[in-house]
Amino acid sequence: MAALPGAAATGAVRTGSPISMLFKEAVVAAAVAALLALPLIGLETYDVSNGGLGIRTRFGWVVVAAATAFVGRPLLTLAARLRRARVPGGASLPGRAASWASAHRTAITAIGVGAAVALPFAPFASRYLVDLATTVLIYVMLGWGLNVVVGLAGLLDLGYVAFYAVGAYAFALLAQNLGFTFWQALPLSGLTAACFGIVLGFPVLRLRGDYLAIVTLGFGEIIRIVLLNWSPVTGGPNGIADIPRPSFFGLPFARVAPGGGLTFNSFFGIDYDPEHRVVFLYFVILAMALATNWFTLRLRRLPIGRAWEALREDEIACRALGINPTTVKLSAFATGAMLGGFAGCFFATRQGFISPESFTFMESAIILAIVVLGGMGSQLGVVLAAILLVTLPEFGRQFAEFRMLVFGAAMVAIMVWRPRGLLSYRVPTLRFSAAREPRS
Amino acid sequence: MAYFLQQLINGVTLGSIYGLIAIGYTMVYGIIGMINFAHGEIYMIGAFVSVIAFLVLGLLGVTYVPLALFLVLLTTMFFTSVYGWTVERIAYRPLRGSFRLAPLISAIGMSIFLQNYVQIAQGARGKPMPPLLQGGFTVFSGGGFDVRLSYLQLLIMLLTLALMIGFTLLIETTPLGRAQRACEQDIGMAALLGVDVDRVISLTFVMGAALAAVAGLMVTLYYGVVDFFIGFLAGVKAFTAAVLGGIGSLPGAMLGGLLIGLIEAFWSGYFSVEYKDVSVFVILVLVLVFRPSGLLGRPEIEKV
Repeated sequence: MAALPGAAATGAVRTGSPISMLFKEAVVAAAVAALLALPLIGLETYDVSNGGLGIRTRFGWVVVAAATAFVGRPLLTLAARLRRARVPGGASLPGRAASWASAHRTAITAIGVGAAVALPFAPFASRYLVDLATTVLIYVMLGWGLNVVVGLAGLLDLGYVAFYAVGAYAFALLAQNLGFTFWQALPLSGLTAACFGIVLGFPVLRLRGDYLAIVTLGFGEIIRIVLLNWSPVTGGPNGIADIPRPSFFGLPFARVAPGGGLTFNSFFGIDYDPEHRVVFLYFVILAMALATNWFTLRLRRLPIGRAWEALREDEIACRALGINPTTVKLSAFATGAMLGGFAGCFFATRQGFISPESFTFMESAIILAIVVLGGMGSQLGVVLAAILLVTLPEFGRQFAEFRMLVFGAAMVAIMVWRPRGLLSYRVPTLRFSAAREPRS
Repeated sequence: MAYFLQQLINGVTLGSIYGLIAIGYTMVYGIIGMINFAHGEIYMIGAFVSVIAFLVLGLLGVTYVPLALFLVLLTTMFFTSVYGWTVERIAYRPLRGSFRLAPLISAIGMSIFLQNYVQIAQGARGKPMPPLLQGGFTVFSGGGFDVRLSYLQLLIMLLTLALMIGFTLLIETTPLGRAQRACEQDIGMAALLGVDVDRVISLTFVMGAALAAVAGLMVTLYYGVVDFFIGFLAGVKAFTAAVLGGIGSLPGAMLGGLLIGLIEAFWSGYFSVEYKDVSVFVILVLVLVFRPSGLLGRPEIEKV
């Protein structure tokens, strides 16, 4: 194949690697691939009629796996070598893109926001596209919220979905039992989530990073299990249905208003169209996400935001300077939780139905992946990563069963390729102006 | 009293399984300081390989149970180790020396990948296993309640004990164990003194995977059914066990595993089955609040 001695000798000289090395690597890779594939792909269990298991062979696929590894391994080695040779210490393509993006930040923000506002009115916009964009924006908002905790304060939170769930259930319960509307419940949802953040954070924030990670993971699971089992209040696995939809300044989106009053379409004198509500929801989450972004960017310039970033860089130095780490961490945790609660409230009103199914660890992992893949602390990176991670599974609808497989593999590949995230270039928030630097 | 003893036996059995998985977490954490999130999936793969190995042996006509068990143990450990080795080679080694969260995200990606891989390759339905070892002793009987210790539970406890003894000897006396302890203390210094760090880390993953494979085999025998989703919860609990015992400490991992098993058994026995997972995490939080470095862990001193 590719490793014929004569044909590849010149290649070996050019890349500076003995061809026998590449060949040996390829053989080892093929052998390992065959061993990996043998039990799980080569042999297949199937149900037999008496309730037991039968077994049959699929050895053809083992050969395919081994052959793929045999060809793929040397190609990967060569590609890595080429990449190293081409950029000796220089910026790679995404690195340059990141610094370019950072230099033209205002323009990119303006274009991005403009495009987001114009999206529902574009000629190619469909209900499906606007729905998808709404989902992307929910994840963008969650990503920005978690970014406060992970990116700014440097606290690893593996249970962020708990606050999302608290926000969603807070609204659902307020609406179901006390008749609250979306706009009345929105601040309360955020507040409830923030309270949960403080209650959880208070005992555990003294812990070091990885202990904190496992405790937050545990907290996420506790919330989910309680929601699942506390049936009299939360409806258990059946969840809560008939959550009210948001209104447009008191005007509901319905064919006929419940009390016979005005509806959105009758007030504006237009025909009823169910898509109005989809577009309205899209604008609500867009506004919420932009408010989140503006809020966190402002916070970063306040003393509290500076304290978060300082604490992330060096806790001991912070203590020496009189910053109380527990209070500062708690404020970051509560802020992140509050933003998650807002997103949860929106999620509940958009779906109209919530159940513990929507708040598994997988959600936390995906939100964290959005923050880290985007490049920690980078607001634009979060947007890119959210678009990537939400739309990637959508493209794979035809290959439904393979899409999560590809999703997992893509997460590994992106991390190996860009360990610091897609847009890892970040301007320090605090910088001395040029005039104050060296005095000549 | 009898009921208490029965829960104790169940708890120790369950705890042995958690302890074996927890060792994989604690060793990897001790040496390279990362949470190997895909370890739960390695355990799940171990369980699947053991089911398949049993079926193949059945086809080959090996019906003598001890021989079958021994052969399945060896094959499962071997094939699962290859998975452990490959996961490290593909997803973690390129990220060595990178910033702290990168390997964690890579591990979460790997975990999603492996789960779906097994689901696609073997189907989403649970795989039933007919019970191989039946019967047991009546240890104690009183108050109209018999305390049973099944042969299977005894086997699980003895096998765990044997593996723990062998494993401790390996760490304490062999050159590989010495290299591992050196890497745990100071990986840079170990490399300077001629320890092949990459090889040590690879072998650590292989060993962790082999122990997780044994746990997978035990679970297959104990519960009699395996599906592609068992890795997540078992992995989280085993990691909790490792943290509870003091992460980086091998006896700590075993102790943590036993404690988690006991807490779970007693909680389900005396309070409610629904909230048994909550009890595990609540106790974890309490332990960490009062002993932040776990039960047997060394307190870490931060230096400037």
